[in-house]
Amino acid sequence: MEIVRSQSHRKISPNNVTNTLPLYRSAPPLEVRLEDFELYALDRLRVLKGISDGLSRGKRPEEMEKLVGKLWKENMRHQQASEIVNKDIISHFVLRLVYCRTEELRKWFLSMETSLFRYRFRLENAEAQRALMAEFDLSSRAVSNVEFESIKEKLGQVARSMGQSLPTADAIFYKVPFEEVPELVAGRKVFINQGFAYVAMTQAVSLVATLFRSLLSKALVLTNRKWTSTIREQEKDRLTPIVEALCSSYLGPDFSQMQIVEGLASLSQNYFMDDQGGKHFEPRGHGEISVKDIDQVAKSSFPLCMRNLLEKLREDHHLKHGGRMQLGLFLKGVGLNLDDALAFWRYEFSQKVGLERFEKEYAYSIRHNYGQEGKRTDYTAYSCQKIISSTPGVGDHHGCPYRHFSEENLRAALTRMGMNGRAMEDVMNKVRNRHYQLACTLTFEAIHGVPNDAGINHPTQYFSDSQKILQPELRDIIVALFGGGLGWCILSQTSNVWEGV
Amino acid sequence: MTKQEFHNGCDDMLIDRCEPEAPKQKQGGSVPNEFNSHYLKVYYGRLFPYADIFRWISYGNDGKHPACDSSYVSRREFSFTLDNDIYLRFLSFNSAAELENKIKEKCPFKIDIGPVYSVDPTKRHAYAQSGDNVFTPVERELIFDIDISDYDDARYCCSGADVCLNCWPLMTIAIKVIDFALRDDFGFKHILWVYSGRRGVHCWVCDGKARRLTNEQRAAIADYFRVYKGNENNSKKVSLTGHALHPFLATAYTKVLKDFFEKKLLISQSLLSTEERYEKILEMIPDAAITSELRGRWQENRRSSSVKEDINVVRWEQLKQLLQSGKHKAQGLRRCVEEIVFCFAYPRLDMEVSKHMNHLLKAPFCVHPKTGRVCVPIDPNQCEQFDPTTVPTLSQLLDELNERGLRDDVDGEWKGTSFGNAVSLFRSSFLQPLLKASKVKESTHVHLT
Repeated sequence: MEIVRSQSHRKISPNNVTNTLPLYRSAPPLEVRLEDFELYALDRLRVLKGISDGLSRGKRPEEMEKLVGKLWKENMRHQQASEIVNKDIISHFVLRLVYCRTEELRKWFLSMETSLFRYRFRLENAEAQRALMAEFDLSSRAVSNVEFESIKEKLGQVARSMGQSLPTADAIFYKVPFEEVPELVAGRKVFINQGFAYVAMTQAVSLVATLFRSLLSKALVLTNRKWTSTIREQEKDRLTPIVEALCSSYLGPDFSQMQIVEGLASLSQNYFMDDQGGKHFEPRGHGEISVKDIDQVAKSSFPLCMRNLLEKLREDHHLKHGGRMQLGLFLKGVGLNLDDALAFWRYEFSQKVGLERFEKEYAYSIRHNYGQEGKRTDYTAYSCQKIISSTPGVGDHHGCPYRHFSEENLRAALTRMGMNGRAMEDVMNKVRNRHYQLACTLTFEAIHGVPNDAGINHPTQYFSDSQKILQPELRDIIVALFGGGLGWCILSQTSNVWEGV
Repeated sequence: MTKQEFHNGCDDMLIDRCEPEAPKQKQGGSVPNEFNSHYLKVYYGRLFPYADIFRWISYGNDGKHPACDSSYVSRREFSFTLDNDIYLRFLSFNSAAELENKIKEKCPFKIDIGPVYSVDPTKRHAYAQSGDNVFTPVERELIFDIDISDYDDARYCCSGADVCLNCWPLMTIAIKVIDFALRDDFGFKHILWVYSGRRGVHCWVCDGKARRLTNEQRAAIADYFRVYKGNENNSKKVSLTGHALHPFLATAYTKVLKDFFEKKLLISQSLLSTEERYEKILEMIPDAAITSELRGRWQENRRSSSVKEDINVVRWEQLKQLLQSGKHKAQGLRRCVEEIVFCFAYPRLDMEVSKHMNHLLKAPFCVHPKTGRVCVPIDPNQCEQFDPTTVPTLSQLLDELNERGLRDDVDGEWKGTSFGNAVSLFRSSFLQPLLKASKVKESTHVHLT
């Protein structure tokens, strides 16, 4: 891909456009204006960010399909029809550069681009889908008639287990190593025999998405190598600053890193983190809440998931690993310092397991969470997305109550929070439609009597939003800084910087 | 106590030793039935099968062929838990002798095996400086951990870490269900089942394909096996929807679960004998008419039913008859019998252990410090016969050693002892087929290059 400053740029001939949904196998021989380089990338980032939001709200596949269609139309359009495909390809390759640079960035990009591909694939017509499947050479993996007859019964069983009709004789199935369709395996949506999964034509999107993902994953590692070995240095006056600014600029307030007041500082530094993450930094001064305040602030400002964990901890003087992590990192996130955290957990656990066992078996992992042991990573609190996707088992109290509680238990828990009547029903409605974060947002609004337009994405954010309302003197400062699309504010700064280049 | 002293000490006690032919009946034997580091030293000194463990985790990379990856074994993490809970992570060994020396030196209470990393884990700090995270797990057996303490709502005989012969069949079921699916569905061949020493079983899937699975693929397999979804805030533990069971679940049900539930658990756990217990099962039937009919019958006939037939069996038949009879073919109810069986019998995996490459798992042949029992392999084809209460304990093994005198010939020492049986099972059912397969693979490798 050539990047030029001039206004002129070559149009690619229609012959090159074989498909509306490209696989981005190689960088196109295109000239790109420097302005477009950044603008296209920002437009695509808006799409990816929208997908990320949608996923974290637990949207269902049909809703995601609609959302992706809308995001794509809104952001990726171009006055010239011929330019639309170019914009798609260019923006993808620019973001590849931006997001190839660390494991965490790659992981995020890979997962969002794969989602984008998946839903765009679903939106394509049958002919285009077939063309894409041909590109992955799926037809060579089609199950022969003989084999189909021998496993017909099993395939029928799988179909019926999903409430679908039986496969007809001319149905096409693909036989692929089970490793290539992890999501179908996880959902028991395919028949698996001797290491091979039998994927129905209608499920091919999973297969195609996995193949796309593995292509992209390999490509990102290569891009990273190229970036560190040559591009970064070669382009240090031109592209490098854009690339480096792009990934950090857009994401807006990052609650996984937020300390109630220090969040202001962290915003200007633009950490990008994901849930698994953990970056090496100097531990900052925590200490916004102390042990003696916990119960009181929990009552006023903890989201249900954390109130529940705290309650169980007070009751049983014990929590299993998942619960300790979810609550422990949250408490750290809202400003409980290490000494206080140790005191807090020690007080509870020693009543159950004794002081000695606490110090021997549990204290280490608390210090570990605060980056004082092991690889000394400063771990961050779990996001809603991570909590919602967790799988609490026997004896576990962690997870998202809106998702993991039975209706009866959820109602009881909400009643204890002071919810009732209409508000309660609204929450239950969202839960039934699997909008767990919206349910939490509604709970927040009902309890605080104040709308929360941004929605709840992170337990720490729930806490800070609540504190903002409850502590008016802080509110003004924070609203000024956090309110109304701070991400955009930073974004326009970057653009200005860019114009200066 | 040194080794010499130990043997002297035991010579004094040889007097009231039981008959060697019946070691399983022995209650402690002449060596006091307790676990301590002195016994453990003798165990590590005379019995622990270093060479076998090492050959296993080398996967054929310990030979001289050109296809061998000579750094392979040394990139494997071991970790030791010592007597006073000191925890040594990221150990690695180049040879069986190195492993043996370190274990003898440290006398760990527990030895864990971790993943194979991209670089030697002892040198991980040297690579840390070079940036982009080169120290990362690259290979790891697919592992499963099943603890009986996770079944506390499905058993009445014991709770927590305790097990008895009434609840152990739950583990037998788990082995059978997981083992056949790993082989038939996923096509794995080299599967090692190990008693965890106290309250459950561990499974190591060692095929090359299994070792190279990504975390996402591991999670997919774990989810494929996951049926039980109960947590502490949701009483609906098992939910089977759809018009049919997935073939895997259907096979598990007909081949294993149904029989074990009806012939073993129902009776050994007395699942329907008292009001409190049958109410728990009635709760799972979403039809008030049926539950009240059953409740009525069961409250009435508490005393009147014939003595010959077990009350649990009688009530189960009544429940099945009512739920599966013609007039209740409603979709939700048809699955109900199966749901109850799955809820009380289906394996419950510790999901987190299986999902990530970097999870550590206790090595086979460790000795559990609480029970003194050796983590012996279990033959999945004979798992019904496995009895956790007769697994050799450390003190029993030392008894056997004493009986055989101070013979030093290493291989002969094992023969005929209960430990020898465990080691030969490890070799014949797992290690030899595994090494044979990795040899075949190597030779094809050589041809290709």
